[in-house]
Amino acid sequence: MLKDADRIFTNIYGWGDAGLTGARKRGDWSNTAKLIKLGHDEIVERIKASGLRGRGGAGFPTGLKWSFMPKEVKDRPHYLVVNADESEPGTCKDRDIIRHEPHKLLEGCVVAGFAMRAHAAYIYIRGEFVNEARRLQAAIDEAYDAGLLGKNAAKSGWDFDIYLHRGAGAYICGEETALLESLEGKKGQPRLKPPFPAGVGLYGCPTTVNNVESIAVAPTILRRGADWFAGLGKENNTGTKLFCISGHVNNPCNVEEEMGIPLRELLEKHAGGVRGGWDNLLAVIPGGSSTPLMPRDVCNDMTMDFDALRAAGTGLGTAGVIVMDRNTDIVKAIARLSYFYKHESCGQCTPCREGTGWMWRMMERLVRGEAESHEIDTLEQVTRQIEGHTICALGDAAAWPIQGLIKHFRPEIERRIAARHSADAVNAAE
Amino acid sequence: MSIEARIADEQPETFKFSAENEKEIKRIVAKYPKGRQASAVMPLLDLAQRQHDNWIPMKAIELIARKLDMAEIRVLEVATFYTMFNLKPVGKYFLQACTTTPCWLRGSDEMMRCIKDRYAIASGETSECGRFSLLEVECLGACVNAPILQVNDDFYEDLDYASTAALLDSLEADAPLPVGSVMGRSGSEATGGATSLATLKPKQSGVANA
Repeated sequence: MLKDADRIFTNIYGWGDAGLTGARKRGDWSNTAKLIKLGHDEIVERIKASGLRGRGGAGFPTGLKWSFMPKEVKDRPHYLVVNADESEPGTCKDRDIIRHEPHKLLEGCVVAGFAMRAHAAYIYIRGEFVNEARRLQAAIDEAYDAGLLGKNAAKSGWDFDIYLHRGAGAYICGEETALLESLEGKKGQPRLKPPFPAGVGLYGCPTTVNNVESIAVAPTILRRGADWFAGLGKENNTGTKLFCISGHVNNPCNVEEEMGIPLRELLEKHAGGVRGGWDNLLAVIPGGSSTPLMPRDVCNDMTMDFDALRAAGTGLGTAGVIVMDRNTDIVKAIARLSYFYKHESCGQCTPCREGTGWMWRMMERLVRGEAESHEIDTLEQVTRQIEGHTICALGDAAAWPIQGLIKHFRPEIERRIAARHSADAVNAAE
Repeated sequence: MSIEARIADEQPETFKFSAENEKEIKRIVAKYPKGRQASAVMPLLDLAQRQHDNWIPMKAIELIARKLDMAEIRVLEVATFYTMFNLKPVGKYFLQACTTTPCWLRGSDEMMRCIKDRYAIASGETSECGRFSLLEVECLGACVNAPILQVNDDFYEDLDYASTAALLDSLEADAPLPVGSVMGRSGSEATGGATSLATLKPKQSGVANA
């Protein structure tokens, strides 16, 4: 188990003061100017060396992403945009960073913004986090008053501004280019890539969009050293990670743990174990709703990192671990996710706009067994026709949970269809 | 739902921002580069909604379009794209119940049943007394504290039938329960007691991050 001394987010439960005084006691802002003195490229190199992979779901190496920004600022300013539109079902870690560790995020913005030669960051926070946005704005105001933001931020010689922008209820704005559209005052509909945001992003300027957690860990990594971070976890899956454990566990919680922790250990040490014991486990969705579920036999020896989960046909995603015990109506659980994606499809691409609704209606029939067996194959085929055929990954995200269900729980779907048919036959006979 | 169905039939004749909000608008628009004032459309819609009993009249859409030099249809498009903008009246207590899978697994059906038992309303409807509106919403992003009921700006967490009833009682008496977990969790620590950071509680020494 990770030692408290190796935890980055020491106030994640909000026991201490989230304000500047408390944050300073925890080490935030202690030597920001010194970190800035490392220089733009050295910061990027150190983040690369730490092995940090993006914490928003895709797991792209953070340092590498920063290095895509132009090395010179020409006619267009550079922007850092922080994605705080946390909406992936099962995920609630950024909320805790924002309300209990806001200064880690703000200091991270200064350091990361400087590394990519930006003088401004916009933090896009989901609209429903009203109280969280108030806390974050209060932290921003406090940082300005203390000279940590604005001209010569934290006496670093670098000017840096942070602006908070609230969304208004749209999962799709967690997709980086939809987020940029929304920030520009439009509907949140994803852009075609290329051009990528590092070339043409916010207001047509070079932009990097990072998840809250990726930015918030950066100052601690620089302070404690890339080697320290790289020494935790597993090769290519380094460091610590906030896990969100929800669903059928005895004690749902958020916890910072080492990457690569065995799933069973994570659930049993921190979440009080599966309700009714490990043998009562039916399935786990390991990384937020988009990642395909794993039945218990896959869960037994699974470790929680990008590569192991990917090899098992699923993913670490946001590390939102959704646990389902054997009392779960698994078809309904996935059908509810299908409804989610139908509701959140932005309507831009036909396969997703039409397909998410079609898949949801089909899933509702499967919940009741009102289908023919061959329609399971039809549904599977339709998911393949949506996956990879849309501008953004929402279509994929809607397809994957259903694919996971069919892969692992096809007998259960067929059982319902058979039960329905016999019930219908009995009714007809009467 | 069609656009027409989402917009109130009865509309006020005029809409004006308060003097205080006019100042706030200046602060908001200044966050964005010159010529990019359209970025302020969501904050301004939010401001209008807060000023106008939690719903946005069409006159406000027109006014915001003029203020930000946008076509009215662009503002309406934004107002209808995002679920948090109400284009018709809602009750004083706007109940937004999350029923997405993580909340559902933890018993959001019971939370919904409690609301429906009391007010006999479906999602999208307002109670007979006019004070409570219900909307079934998608993931609110607080899954380890599920199920969640958002009442206006505030999250109530870890609910079941009985605690939802107690919450509704408190709202009916206009004395809402303290915001957050109804089980008294300070945040997202394990319900049975935190399993990490114990060495740093209660005094936050900052050792770990020095």
